Amino acid sequence: MSIFTRANIRTWSMLGSAGTFGQAAMGLPAINPETLIVTADLRNFSGLDRFAAAHPDRLINVGIAEQNMVGLAAGLCNEGFNVFATTYATFAAARSADPVRVNMGYMGLGVKLVGLGAGFSVGVLGPTHISLEDIAFMRAIPNMAVISPADCTETVKAVQALVNYPGPAYLRLGGNVPHPVVFAEDYEFCIGKAIRLRGGEDITIVATGPVVYESLQAAKLLEALGLRVGVVNMHTIKPLDTEMLREVYASARLVVTVEEHSILGGLGGAVAEHKCQFAATPPQLIIGVRDYFPHAGDYRHLLSETGLTAPQIATQIQSRWSTVA
Amino acid sequence: MMTHTSTHIATVQALESMAREMRHDIYRMGLQTGLNGAHFGGGLSLVEIMAVLYQSVMRVNPAQPRWPERDRFILSKGHGAMAYYAALKQVGFVTDEDLMTFKGNHTFLYGHPSMNPDKGIEFSSGSLGLGLALGVGTAMGLRKRGNHASRVFVLMGDGECGEGSVWESAASAAHFGLSNLVAIIDKNGLQYDGPTKDVLNMDGMAEKWESFGWQARTVDGHNLAELLDAFDNLGGKPTVIVANTVKGKGVSYMENNPAWHHNRLTQAQFDELTAAKAVNP
Repeated sequence: MSIFTRANIRTWSMLGSAGTFGQAAMGLPAINPETLIVTADLRNFSGLDRFAAAHPDRLINVGIAEQNMVGLAAGLCNEGFNVFATTYATFAAARSADPVRVNMGYMGLGVKLVGLGAGFSVGVLGPTHISLEDIAFMRAIPNMAVISPADCTETVKAVQALVNYPGPAYLRLGGNVPHPVVFAEDYEFCIGKAIRLRGGEDITIVATGPVVYESLQAAKLLEALGLRVGVVNMHTIKPLDTEMLREVYASARLVVTVEEHSILGGLGGAVAEHKCQFAATPPQLIIGVRDYFPHAGDYRHLLSETGLTAPQIATQIQSRWSTVA
Repeated sequence: MMTHTSTHIATVQALESMAREMRHDIYRMGLQTGLNGAHFGGGLSLVEIMAVLYQSVMRVNPAQPRWPERDRFILSKGHGAMAYYAALKQVGFVTDEDLMTFKGNHTFLYGHPSMNPDKGIEFSSGSLGLGLALGVGTAMGLRKRGNHASRVFVLMGDGECGEGSVWESAASAAHFGLSNLVAIIDKNGLQYDGPTKDVLNMDGMAEKWESFGWQARTVDGHNLAELLDAFDNLGGKPTVIVANTVKGKGVSYMENNPAWHHNRLTQAQFDELTAAKAVNP
């Protein structure tokens, strides 16, 4: 029986992405009996209390020691285990950067590193916990897959896809609690295969993470103004779905990337790096967080401060469209 | 009680000969790097440790490099690579031809070890302070598999212990009771910029590890009998062997000389070392 029931999808949304990770983890040992989960003192924040009770031998809490966590997880991987490791996104990317680069990247050890509280998710805790550079770092590391789900349903999908994925990967989990629902029912998820959520011939928004929802809302607002706006959910930032991007360049007159991440080195950068190889492609508008440290604030406040709410996205697109059309 | 030293006499003689061969291979490897030079000091300080590990302590089999019950070795101080490769040649994981490609453009024997399980290299290293965490995960993984035969040996430098990550992993190993984990500190007292005492004083090394919940043994890291004893009867806790060594050991002008942390060997110097070996093989 599928777990993607309306009731579960509602529950996951109420839990938010971190809690949903813990729920998804419950089913992992049945899919891959080698599954272990390592955490750096974030067992409960990762929603893993039930997992720890059900599988005490599969949950390893290393305390507040992220570098050791990544190395330990890599050592377990090398002995044939399938290992997820959880910490805050900022610490996953920055505090344990060297073990990530050497153990996961260079050696290719298949740790699934879960960055919780990504973007503005724990924004009230301030810039030490606001993670806006993690995509840039992770995607620069050879061998690394980078996945950023649009909602909690997709979080479950991504976790299930990663449990038998052989290589190293970074799973970026953030968003608000409750988390708006993009996928209200079961669907096909494949690492590296972007999903077109909405057609539209004038403009295509390529978005990743929780702001996929805002992008869909923005597309509707623009539709009311007579613009035909498509939306693509680029849940995997690396490997980038270049086939989908080629279709987007061929069909749209303006490409817009939207991400809850710095405008430096994230999805916008990845698309621009790809697009610039081709002649006669549409211009690109990169919507993300400008190069600064936002002050502390709650999720909606920070989306608004950085111009990432649906009406703000729509306004930016409308303004840029006026120079294209 | 019979001392281990007396039981080890034959072994010690064989190890002395192995150590001599390894040193000579280090000079040969170093020479063929030419102007690039190599990490002589920190390689020469761990020759006896590597000889004892590979000849007498660890269970490894080059014919079955992925044998699940093998012992795992991690050279966390990756710049000790020349002693590692020389030991791998002695036990048959790599050939003399392989050694002579050291640091070449197409070699698998990088300046710092690069993961190559079929050649006996379990993990890559080079960035200091990362090996012990890999060792903790490996030791834990072996336990989870019910493998009580294999042990994990992690070789670090005393300068390397300046990395905070080492102490995260030290606490972790003791917390999880990983008695199948053995750390060896090649305490040669010198780092890149000078004496460890002056750069970042790590005096009381054994006491530091003991306070983290390890059992510590301190030995002369060039005394083969003492090293053999140190690896006997590993107990119920993770064990650290603090091996007092001399950086550049075996070459008078390299010993305790920071200039030989990384340097180039001339043909004349090499000839002199070879002549000395011929006189006292």
